Amino acid sequence: MTDQMAGPEVGRSRARKEDAHLITGQTNWTDNIQVSGLLHLAILRSPMAHARLDRVDVSAALDRPGVIAAFTGRDLADGMGSMPCVWPVTEDIVMPDHPAVAVDEVRYAGDPIAVVVARDRYTAADALEAIEVDYTPLPPVLDLEDALAEGAPLVHSDKGTNRCYVWPLATGESFDAVRERADLVLKRRYIQQRLIPNAMEPRAVVVTPLAASGEYTLYSSTQVPHIARVLLAMVTGIPEQKLRVIAPDVGGGFGSKLQVYGEEALALAVARKLGRPVKWTESRSENYQATHHGRGQIQDIEIAATRDGKLLGLKVDLLADMGAYLMIITPGTPLLGAFMYPGIYKMDAYDFTCTGVFTTRTPTDAYRGAGRPEATFAIERIMDDLAVELGLDPIELRRRNWIRHEEFPYTSVAGLTYDSGNYEAATEKALALFGYDKLRAEQADRNERGDTVRLGIGVSTYTEMCGLAPSRVLRDLRYAAGGWEAATIRMLPTGKVEVVTGTSPHGQGHATCWSQIAADALGVPFEDVEVVHGDTRAVPQGMDTYGSRSLVVGGIAVHHAAEKVVAKARKVAAHLLEASENDLEFTNGVFSVKGSPEARKTIQEVAFETFSSHDLPDGMEPTINAEHLVDPENFSYPHGTHLCAVEVDTETGQTRIRSYVCVDDVGKVVNPMIVEGQVHGGLAQGIAQALYEEAVYDDEGNLLSGTMADYLVPSAADLPDFVTDRTETPSTLNPLGVKGVGEAGTIASTPAVVNAVVDALRPLGVADVRMPCTPQRVWEAIEEAAR
Amino acid sequence: MTHISVNVDGTTYEDEVEPRLLLIHYLRDRLGLTGTPIGCDTSNCGACTVELDGESVKSCSVLAVQADGSEVTTVQGLAQDGEWTGLQKAFHEQHGLQCGYCTPGMIMAARDLLRENPHPSSDDVRQALEGNLCRCTGYQNIVRAVLAASGQEVPA
Repeated sequence: MTDQMAGPEVGRSRARKEDAHLITGQTNWTDNIQVSGLLHLAILRSPMAHARLDRVDVSAALDRPGVIAAFTGRDLADGMGSMPCVWPVTEDIVMPDHPAVAVDEVRYAGDPIAVVVARDRYTAADALEAIEVDYTPLPPVLDLEDALAEGAPLVHSDKGTNRCYVWPLATGESFDAVRERADLVLKRRYIQQRLIPNAMEPRAVVVTPLAASGEYTLYSSTQVPHIARVLLAMVTGIPEQKLRVIAPDVGGGFGSKLQVYGEEALALAVARKLGRPVKWTESRSENYQATHHGRGQIQDIEIAATRDGKLLGLKVDLLADMGAYLMIITPGTPLLGAFMYPGIYKMDAYDFTCTGVFTTRTPTDAYRGAGRPEATFAIERIMDDLAVELGLDPIELRRRNWIRHEEFPYTSVAGLTYDSGNYEAATEKALALFGYDKLRAEQADRNERGDTVRLGIGVSTYTEMCGLAPSRVLRDLRYAAGGWEAATIRMLPTGKVEVVTGTSPHGQGHATCWSQIAADALGVPFEDVEVVHGDTRAVPQGMDTYGSRSLVVGGIAVHHAAEKVVAKARKVAAHLLEASENDLEFTNGVFSVKGSPEARKTIQEVAFETFSSHDLPDGMEPTINAEHLVDPENFSYPHGTHLCAVEVDTETGQTRIRSYVCVDDVGKVVNPMIVEGQVHGGLAQGIAQALYEEAVYDDEGNLLSGTMADYLVPSAADLPDFVTDRTETPSTLNPLGVKGVGEAGTIASTPAVVNAVVDALRPLGVADVRMPCTPQRVWEAIEEAAR
Repeated sequence: MTHISVNVDGTTYEDEVEPRLLLIHYLRDRLGLTGTPIGCDTSNCGACTVELDGESVKSCSVLAVQADGSEVTTVQGLAQDGEWTGLQKAFHEQHGLQCGYCTPGMIMAARDLLRENPHPSSDDVRQALEGNLCRCTGYQNIVRAVLAASGQEVPA
């Protein structure tokens, strides 16, 4: 076995292999795909949040020149199952039927009603206007608390309730018991506004059918080609082995493409009906209505502590907005945070309940961090409020309660075992980079002077749960699938290498990082490695990319597959060199006999020998290819400390980020440049939740922030330069010591920014500002405090 | 239908187009020049930015007929004989892209900036790219890339 330590490639900032085609425009986005006879599909969507469909008539659309076909939900229902939800979190969960195209009733503005197929996209879009629909409006269901009230209008009348499920978790002592002995119990309500994920590439689907054999190729801008293949085969009845799913270049996902969408199923259904290739590409406005949203929770949280700042327990009561239907992991998304509310802190009691609620709004599902940003926000906000109550510096309160470096591995009150961490080191480094004491002095000075521009300082110390997920844990949580990942390494006859990975990237740089891992383990040049992904025919097995699982599960599978290749190559080299395996050294891709270095075989030579197979050890199979499937034993737990200084203009409510410093510990780093890039992107999204973004609905359930003109995705001019650094505490759970990084920035930054905004305004009597902390909200909070 | 003659990335195309056809759809669907993507329908995202007679424009807000008699440069026309431009190299070296969907637009908008202001400050770059949205990079490495392409030292 090689068991090499981190070598010359891992740990190195390599510019990415995947850039070349992206910066020259030689891209393969799904919408770029052109095939002979391609038809364009357009979808009529509900203009109302909730209505009965009395009549849907597509005949006038069919009369338009260039229109090939048009279908209602009823036309498409034949042979199509309900769109799947694979995470029935409780036994008695309410699982409503979810047709790809609505049949009798629409339940959110944007719910598909009918489909037109035409020769080109302009004709298809025009023909939508000719479809006649008679609606009977039904009452919208928008407020989570009202939705649970007796006699509330129902989103799914056949279910008799808007309550989807109630999921409890009580660990440690009872919260009521620690409440008795606490000096202080604080209770707060935080609102996690709905967010629109906004991957820059809108979703797109192309289906090419092969009528003679009943085979279908589906190209999709998906994060999850393997999961989509399984589920779309189930929904449409197309035999799985005849369905090939390809995720070509995918322009971002952030969880919004961790989904199996009705549009994919209906594109398959239409291609099957017509025997012709079809394409659907989402407009951005459609994206805002029809691609799932994120967050959307009311968080009631209580924290119990002693007067000297020792935490005793936490109680969390969540209302989680499911939206109108359950998408693949809608019910489970808030539960990904259930275990994370205690954060990095030691306490005795934890009591959690989540109630899922149906509303007549776009379905929710995973958005960057999925449950964990929400959890981190609530604990880090209430820690700040507790520090104020106790008269402690917020950093000091955290210090008094966090798990110390020497206490790892540590099992949190929620039952997770954190393998390693060093919160002190990350925090010390961040405080030094930030100039904490100096900024506090400036803040005091401004407050003293009654400056109209106040300075606020926010901290957030966090851990997250990466590497989704151990399959047995998923079983216990009633998630339908496993969390393993697959990799195959093929040593080609010419000595080049193909790494086949079951993860499916959309901007994370897998081709580069997997090449680095494989190059080190095999002792081959980085340039000689190609990474194959995102095509269920080329990559038969995989669980795809989400939840910062790619490196920690998929990358480790690559490492182990490479070890298997080297083990087999060693046997062949020993045979060829007439030496004992134990006498062989393996360095930089060369097997040599200890003591006689001239007796050597490169791994490339061995690869050719195993291809020709002229002289293999008895009983050995040809080639030295190897496959490895890894099922992680545990999650990994990156952590870090983020510090934000804001200047808030108390006259206009405008918040400006003055400085942002973060020190993240993601274990061993494969490619520092890529890690930094992931952190930057995550920060932008987390800051955007804190300051800018919100899906806003009116009282009728119309999405007011329905385009990029109405929903503030921050631009370069809205964001600051970040100071990012890191500490490195290797994970003890995998041979590379890696932990994952994709979501860290998003998880940590939202509370850091809001804590800073509130910190700036506390001297004015402001105790909270609801997200996003827009100038309007900040100004109103100041005005209210002054009254 | 209206007759147009457009030179795109050095090749002249003669076509009959509907007056309402957007330049981006003409490039992508008619000419098959799919290097320039579409990110929104409100001209907010800038992914479809190209050059029209040397000025950067969002090609979703220009009609194909308006490009009649003009020269259009897309990201596909930048590299000559396989040699990337300074901006392309800088985006690669500074990790100024992740999913890459906004990258053609970013590069085209940055070219416009550097023509007008060959030595922009970091703030200048941020202001100039305000109409181009990126969801992956947090912009910092895009700013670094543009500064590096202008020959300036890039803050670590």
